Amino acid sequence: MSVAPLIPGFSDPILGSQDIFRSILDAMAHPGSIEAVDDAICGVPHDIPLAAAACLLTLVDYDTPVWLAPEFMSIRSWLAFHTGAPDAASIDQTRFALMSAQSSSPAVTDFPKGDDRYPDLSATLIVVCTSLHGGRPIRLTGPGIESETIISPQGLHESFWTDVCENNSQFPLGSDIILVAGHELIALPRSITCEEIG
Amino acid sequence: MITSTDATTASSHGEKPVEYVDERKWWMGVLARATAQDFFAFNSFIPPKESYRLIKKPEIGTVMVEARAGGAGRRFNFGEASVTRCVVQLVSGELGFSYALGRDKGKAEQAALIDAILQSGDVYVKNTIFSILKTIEKKHLAAKDLQSRKAAATKVNFFTLVRGEG
Amino acid sequence: MYVAVKGGEAAILATHDLIAEERRGDRSVPEVTTAQISEQMKLATSRVMNEGSLYDPSLAALALKQAQGDSIEAAFLVRAYRTTLPRFGSTLPLDTSEMAIRRRISATYKDLPGGQVLGPTYDYTHRLFDFALMAEGETAPAAPIASDPLEPHMPRVPDILGDEGLMEAEVPPEGDPAPFDLTRDPIQFPADRDTRLQTLSRGDEGFLLGLAYSVQRGFGGNHPFAGEIRMGEVPVRFKPEELGFEIELGDITLTECQMVNQFQGSKDKPPQFTRGYGLVFGHAERKSMSMAILDRSLKNREFGESVDYPAQDEEFVLYHSDNVEAAGFVEHLKLPHYVDFQGELELIRKIRKEFDERQSELKAEKAGEAA
Repeated sequence: MSVAPLIPGFSDPILGSQDIFRSILDAMAHPGSIEAVDDAICGVPHDIPLAAAACLLTLVDYDTPVWLAPEFMSIRSWLAFHTGAPDAASIDQTRFALMSAQSSSPAVTDFPKGDDRYPDLSATLIVVCTSLHGGRPIRLTGPGIESETIISPQGLHESFWTDVCENNSQFPLGSDIILVAGHELIALPRSITCEEIG
Repeated sequence: MITSTDATTASSHGEKPVEYVDERKWWMGVLARATAQDFFAFNSFIPPKESYRLIKKPEIGTVMVEARAGGAGRRFNFGEASVTRCVVQLVSGELGFSYALGRDKGKAEQAALIDAILQSGDVYVKNTIFSILKTIEKKHLAAKDLQSRKAAATKVNFFTLVRGEG
Repeated sequence: MYVAVKGGEAAILATHDLIAEERRGDRSVPEVTTAQISEQMKLATSRVMNEGSLYDPSLAALALKQAQGDSIEAAFLVRAYRTTLPRFGSTLPLDTSEMAIRRRISATYKDLPGGQVLGPTYDYTHRLFDFALMAEGETAPAAPIASDPLEPHMPRVPDILGDEGLMEAEVPPEGDPAPFDLTRDPIQFPADRDTRLQTLSRGDEGFLLGLAYSVQRGFGGNHPFAGEIRMGEVPVRFKPEELGFEIELGDITLTECQMVNQFQGSKDKPPQFTRGYGLVFGHAERKSMSMAILDRSLKNREFGESVDYPAQDEEFVLYHSDNVEAAGFVEHLKLPHYVDFQGELELIRKIRKEFDERQSELKAEKAGEAA
C-alpha cells in the first residue's frame, strides 16, 4: 500500500462535493467563465492542480471508469481510495479522464462521444493547463454565452483547439472538457463554438 | 510529519505473513459485529481526538449484496445493505480501517482506532485488547448457540417411541 | 384557457403539519418508538427492507413509523434514502449453506438430514385472536430451549436430488460473470436470470403472490413442490480494495426457498426435476415462495416452453412487479392534468355540437318528407 491514502479527500465530503458540483454546473452553464475553488476544500495528491483534485473527488465514483494520463498515474491509489473509481480498461471505456493540455495524444476526439440514444455516455475530460490566463485568446460563442466570451488558457498543444472544434462539430455527440490550472476551472461543453483569434 | 515509510511498514499487507492477515480478518469481524454496548470495554484504549487523524470520517454508504441462483449457481445482485466505514491514522503512523453493516458512525471510528492500535506492535496492548475481543466473541457465539437451541426445540421428532431399553 | 397552478404553497405546508398530527394520533396514547417497531414488527420491517431493496432494520422501522404503516410509502422512503448513499462496492456472493438456521422445512422429504426445524412460524397457529395481546405488560412465555444446538451442516434439498443426477444443476456460467445491475442500467428484454432474480427479489409481495397463485391454478405450466425453505442469518463478506483481503461486515437475516418442479427431458436429455429459487431480505416466507414459483415460470425460454399466461411473460412480470414504480405511475394521475382535460372538454363540446346539429338536420329532413 502506498503513501497516497494519507492525503485526504474532501475536508467535508458532503458540503465540499456540493460546492464543487455547483461550481462545475455554473461553469458548464456559462461556458468560458472562470470558477475558483476554495484552498482548504480538499487534499491534493502530488502534481495535480487543486481544481483537478476537487473535480475528480466530486464527479467520479465506483461506477465511472477513469483514464489517467501516464504522467498522472501516481494519483491512482489516492483516487481509488477516496472515490472507489475503477481504472478505465481502455480509452473506449472512459467516463472521466485526467490529461495534460500539452499532450496531443490521445486527442480530445479519441475519447467516447456517446451515441444517438445516450449522448451522455461520452467522456468528460479534465485537461490540466499551466494557467487559465495569459495564453492565446480564444473566442467562445453559443448556448450560455450572451454574445461572446474570450478565454486565454496557457500550456495547450498546437492542435488543441482544432481538436476541440472537431469534437464540438459532432454535437449532440462529443466529449465535454474542463480546463484546470491551480485553483481555477473553465468548462467547455460540446455545445459551444471556439475560434482562435489573433 | 508522517513519512511514507512509516505508512508502508504499518499497513502494506503484501509484506505481512498470512497468519497476520487471518488475525486481522478475525478481529475486524469481531469489531464489525460488536454492539455499541460492547465497545464500552475499549474505552481506556481510545486515544483523545487530537492524537489521531480522520483520513476518512465515518461515512455511511452501501454495498450491493450478491447471491447465487439456487444457492450455488449464477451470481445475481440481491439488494443493497447499509454499511459504515472509517479510516484513521495514529500519530505513530498506523492506518486503521473499519467496515460494518449499519449506520453507527461512533462505532465505526472506534473500531478503526482499535484496528490501528492492534497494528502498533505493542504486545501488552495487543494481548489485553485480544482478551476483550475474545469476550465479545464468546458472548455473540453464546447468543447464536442459544438461538440455535431454541430452534432445535421446534425440531420435529418423528419417532414417538423412546429409544433404548424397554 | 389556463388554470393557475401556483399559489398552493401554503396549502402544501399545511399538509405536512396535518400528517404529522395524524401520524401522532391521540396524544394520551404513548408514541410508538422505532425500537418497538424493529423489535415487535419484524415481519413488517422485513417487507420494507426487501421491497425497498436496502437491508437496514432500523431504517425500515423508521420508514414504517413515518409512513404510518403504509409499507409501499415506507419502501419509497427507503429507496429515496438509498439514492443519497455512495456505493462502496459489491460483496462476495452469499453462501446460504452457512446460514445460522432458525427455521428449515421441506415438503419433499420427511426425514431430511438436519431435520424439519419449524422455527418461529405462524403455520400452526389457529388464527384465533389472542385478545390478551390488547393488554400490555403481558410477559410472553419463555420459549423452550433444547439441550443441544442444531446440526451445523444442513445440506440443501436440491443437492440431495442432485447427487442422483435427478435435479437440474445450478452452476455458474463460464467465468462466473459479474451480474447485471438494474439499479444502474435499464432492464432489456430478453432478460437473463440474474436480471429476473434481482427484479423478483424487490417485487411487490402481493403482485408476486397473485401471479404465483395463478400459476398453481393452471395459468402456467408447472406444479411446484416446496423442496426447502430456510430462514436465518448469513455472514456478509466484502473485500475493500485498500485492504486487499476480504472481511466480514456482519450478518443479515434472509429467507430462501427452493421449489422443485416437474421434470423435463427429451430423447437425448435425461429427465430431471427443474427448480425455482426465491431469496429475500428478512423473514418473508410467502414472498420467497412466490418468487421461486415465478423464477421457474419465467424459465420458459431455457426449457422451450410456450408463453401462454401472464406469469410466463417476463415483460409483464418484470415491468409491473416493482411497487414503488407502479405506485408512482398510478398515483401520478393525481397531478394536475387540467390543461389536458380542458383540451378533451373542448373537443367533446365541438363534436357534441356537430352531433346535435346533424340530428336537427335529419329531423328537419324527415319532417320535410312527411309534409
